[in-house]
Amino acid sequence: MQNRAAIRKEALRLRSLFEKKGAQPVETDILQPAAALLDLYGEDIRARAFVTVDSQKGELMLRPDFTVPVAQMHMEHGAESACYTYAGEVFRRQNECRDRPIEYFQVGIELFHIGNPAYADARVFSSIYSMLGNLRLKPAIGDIGILMSAVEGLSTINRRKRALMRHIWRPGRFRTLLDRYSGRMPVPNSRAELLASKDPMSNAGQVIGLRTASEITERIEALREDAATKPLPEHVIELLDEILEVGGKPEASLKRLREIELDMPVIVPAVDGLEKRLEAIENCGIDLNALVFEASYGRTQMEYYDGFVFGFYSERHSEMPPVASGGRYDALTRRLGRGRMVPAVGGVIRPGLTLELEREG
Amino acid sequence: MSVKIGVPSKGRLMEDAFKWFGLKGLKAVHGGLEREYSGTLDGILNVELVMLSAGEIPRELSVGRIHFGITGMDLVREKLGLWDRRVVETVKLEFGHADLVIAVPSFWVDVNTLDDLDAAAAAFRRRHGFRLRIATKYHRLVREFLRNHGVADYQLVDSQGATEGAVKNETAEAIADITTTGVTLRANHLKILEDGVVLKSQAMMYRALCAETSDEDKATLNELLMRFKQN
Repeated sequence: MQNRAAIRKEALRLRSLFEKKGAQPVETDILQPAAALLDLYGEDIRARAFVTVDSQKGELMLRPDFTVPVAQMHMEHGAESACYTYAGEVFRRQNECRDRPIEYFQVGIELFHIGNPAYADARVFSSIYSMLGNLRLKPAIGDIGILMSAVEGLSTINRRKRALMRHIWRPGRFRTLLDRYSGRMPVPNSRAELLASKDPMSNAGQVIGLRTASEITERIEALREDAATKPLPEHVIELLDEILEVGGKPEASLKRLREIELDMPVIVPAVDGLEKRLEAIENCGIDLNALVFEASYGRTQMEYYDGFVFGFYSERHSEMPPVASGGRYDALTRRLGRGRMVPAVGGVIRPGLTLELEREG
Repeated sequence: MSVKIGVPSKGRLMEDAFKWFGLKGLKAVHGGLEREYSGTLDGILNVELVMLSAGEIPRELSVGRIHFGITGMDLVREKLGLWDRRVVETVKLEFGHADLVIAVPSFWVDVNTLDDLDAAAAAFRRRHGFRLRIATKYHRLVREFLRNHGVADYQLVDSQGATEGAVKNETAEAIADITTTGVTLRANHLKILEDGVVLKSQAMMYRALCAETSDEDKATLNELLMRFKQN
């Protein structure tokens, strides 16, 4: 067990470095109202966060991260450009890996920046990069926004696009939807029978609960529309797969995406964004060849990120969680701001891990 | 010390457990008075039966206060995180069969699979402004199952009894509960999703992995294991 005082000291040292780069220090409550987090993450968060109950305030969650409360605070009070830093404990249940700590320190930066997103991405990334300089970590970067723009640009009905976007962070369900929309997977018998029936509600049985008969009729209409829609062509599915497989040196990956965009011009703006970001990172004095690009990076664990994503790994300790990670979360600010949106990007460092690596030398 | 076996303290599970011991040539005997919650096995020494609520047996196994325990697979998997590091499934007992299933109102003609449930949940949330509620007492099992199948926009609401009535009472839109015949579900106007079986459960003899065992107990434990596994 590491010395807690040493970790706190390291956390404050890292925070002061963020402050020197112009970030304003902020604090958040440790006990967060559970409802907001549950609405954002869904029920799955209960498996990862500690929940407790207060007789007055209802369900509360021990802060599983800082990003949501800091973004919440910003959207309530400011919603302009701003840059914050923080240091403190976060709490995570570890049902599957019980050797991992359930509470640990995070030091982070959150940059709300109206204007040039490539600049903002590079500023956050390079700040963290420079602070981890001598630890021999492998930085990985990705961009979930490229897949999102490909889905957004599919020639199909909106309902299908919305369903795919909703499951962009759940690769299994996303794949099932693609298989169904492309006709690779047959429609289940029960649905085929439902669609063949002239009056599906005739023998439906007693109406109970809050979901009304009209909601059911509406969904049947949606299913009919879906059944009448042309399947997604095989070559479009292949292009999506090709996007997901892009990986390697950033410049080679960019070149590969430029090839794919010839067959899928809708991703051009997103690929332009990647190119500008890589330039901006290079302008900060970082050698792009030291980075690894993966188009599908962070797709399963980093659910509120919707563009640039990154993580720093120890190659010597493959079992160690990322020492630092972060990304862009524009859509989160829109949800927290109830319509208002401020482009935002942020990242965290785990001082417990940086200390551990430093001690090894 | 002696080898302790946790046995359900009442009802059908207790009767079936006693019958099962009988089939193995180990007649279970209540200690002293009829109502005392302990007993022994005829035909083997150094064994103590500890009568417990079936719901408490997983916890007693996990901390090693009992060496063996008879309880439902559903209870062990729901109550013990990383259950397979704490207990071993020794023998399936072939009674107490029950399936943990996801059920929705029968009149939801558009919802027959998890795929449908997911789509219905998304639309429900847009319309009603809150996540579709699923009433259950099996929070861990149901959450893991729905996550593995990529269902979103739902919430679990706790229901410790009469769960089948939750939809009619408008405290939930769907339920996840144990069923054996499905009669209660049908009587409450509910149907099981085609791919909505979360767990096929039955009574199981579990062995605790961390129970303290003396040399004498070890011999007893091995003999019991042999007798349990004999046909």
